[in-house]
Amino acid sequence: MNELIRGLRTNRQFAVFTVLALLLLGAAVFAPLLTSYHPIDADLKNAFLPPSAEHLFGTDKLGRDCFSRVLYGARASLASVFLLVGLVFTVGTALGVLSGYLGGRTDAVIMRLADIFISFPGVLLAIAIAGIIGGSMINAVLALTCATWPKYARLSRSLVLKVKQNEYIAAARVNGGTPFHILRRHILPNLLPLLIITAAADIGALMLELSGLSFLGFGTQPPAPEWGAMISEGRQHLQTAPWLMIFPGAAIFISVVIFNLWGDALRDVLDPRDEQA
Amino acid sequence: MRLRLLGKYVIQTVITLTGISFIMFAITMLGTEDLARQIITGAEDAVVSQEQIDAVTRELGLDQPFFVQFGHWMLNAVQGNLGFSYMARKPVVDKILESLPATLSLAALSLFLMTLLSLPLGILSAYHRNRLPDFLIRGVTFFGISIPGFWLGLMLLWFFGLKLGLFPIVSSTIRWDTVFLPALTLAISMTAKYTRQVRSAVLEELGQDYVMGARARGMSELRILLREVLPNALLPLVTLYGLSIGSLLGGAAVVEIVFGWQGLGLLAVKAIEYRDIRLLQGIVVWIAGMYMLINMLVDLSYALLDPRLRRKEVPHE
Repeated sequence: MNELIRGLRTNRQFAVFTVLALLLLGAAVFAPLLTSYHPIDADLKNAFLPPSAEHLFGTDKLGRDCFSRVLYGARASLASVFLLVGLVFTVGTALGVLSGYLGGRTDAVIMRLADIFISFPGVLLAIAIAGIIGGSMINAVLALTCATWPKYARLSRSLVLKVKQNEYIAAARVNGGTPFHILRRHILPNLLPLLIITAAADIGALMLELSGLSFLGFGTQPPAPEWGAMISEGRQHLQTAPWLMIFPGAAIFISVVIFNLWGDALRDVLDPRDEQA
Repeated sequence: MRLRLLGKYVIQTVITLTGISFIMFAITMLGTEDLARQIITGAEDAVVSQEQIDAVTRELGLDQPFFVQFGHWMLNAVQGNLGFSYMARKPVVDKILESLPATLSLAALSLFLMTLLSLPLGILSAYHRNRLPDFLIRGVTFFGISIPGFWLGLMLLWFFGLKLGLFPIVSSTIRWDTVFLPALTLAISMTAKYTRQVRSAVLEELGQDYVMGARARGMSELRILLREVLPNALLPLVTLYGLSIGSLLGGAAVVEIVFGWQGLGLLAVKAIEYRDIRLLQGIVVWIAGMYMLINMLVDLSYALLDPRLRRKEVPHE
């Protein structure tokens, strides 16, 4: 935590992109204050209006204001990506730490399972899972969790194996430390910086995959506003109303850029190599 | 030694494929309570008689215990029979083979374009490290990895297809002008990733002593880059290349949908829409198999490509 605050003061890139990420979150949270149009109610008289001062991003086939749909869409997109990152991080790390610390049969089972999930283009697995259990935001998150956890499990397992060889672990064991105590006090603190950096760097990529699933119709369902689903709707009107496709896509692109650069800067701030030296 | 390695791969592949089949089978059972009805109606809403449902249930053995069904499916799969696609009314294997030309041509062209773009960009970036060309290239590749592929595809389609009218919007035949835009879309996303890898691989090689030696002997910079550095830098890229080929052979569902390209990815999405679980399962197992086969070839090819490994045999697995 202290490092983060120091980073905000000393690392300009980190400070700028933290502010931008917070602005993005703010736009999602305060969407009702930023626009007067309802994101879902239809207004058929005003269908397919091109972007204007009245409707910044134009309107769609039901006359809904595209700007307010993009704003409200940030809620679904951001909420789902944070849920996904949190879930993948927790599940992957927990399994990896168990695997690395306990070893033996537990290790073999978990790692074979990881092999199975990883021997496979993740997006396709996610499509298959989300498609079969039905399209919804939660199902898309679960599907991508299935496809992504092995990465974190493998990373945390290899870190545990490395940390386990340190003499202070043996010392803690000799002193009668329980496995839980050793994991919590001596092992986890060593893993977390690198794992957090990995998770932060993955936010952008996972956002892209989530929006891809929504685009295919396996994520958030219309009429609820979500960027990937909006592009899928706008795609049918590519010729007559390209703005329906352009703005939600730009929203995804900009968010991913912000989170990618923020993740980069966070790595510089937390740089665990300095700590270990 | 090499034979034992091969044996290990084969065993691992068999275990993994069985695992994937099992997981897929379990998921299809979880997700659909009324499987028989959905198989008959597909994506549409239609009235189905109980007799029809019973007939399909019996025919597919849906009334049998889970493990019996799974064993049955595996037994057939081993013999190259992946079941019958209800959507297409033909064997799953036929359906997969039908979409191969589209999948292969898209994969080949996108890999070609990607190589054509990323090698020179990566080398240029590494050679001019921390100078203007490097910053420009790194900036562009950064945007490349942040852009959603399907959106990029739609924008290309909108601009080059609709505005400029250079390319057909949707086409079901495989011609160079129909494959170009989807291939370019895939290539741009991949180029962003590869350019970075090429850059760091070339940078690593440029720091080696042999480069200094070559310079001391008065070799031209271009010759050093192309004849000495590049072959060494390419070696670590083989793995990445293999992964890309593997996932391209699995179809690029999102981009295929955007362009209506009749590849494996589109087929998989259609299979989901029509609840054609046998077809979906067949595609998934096929893709997993391809992916693993190519990874195996990559690992084995290391021994051939790297003279150091060839001499000492493979030092570790």
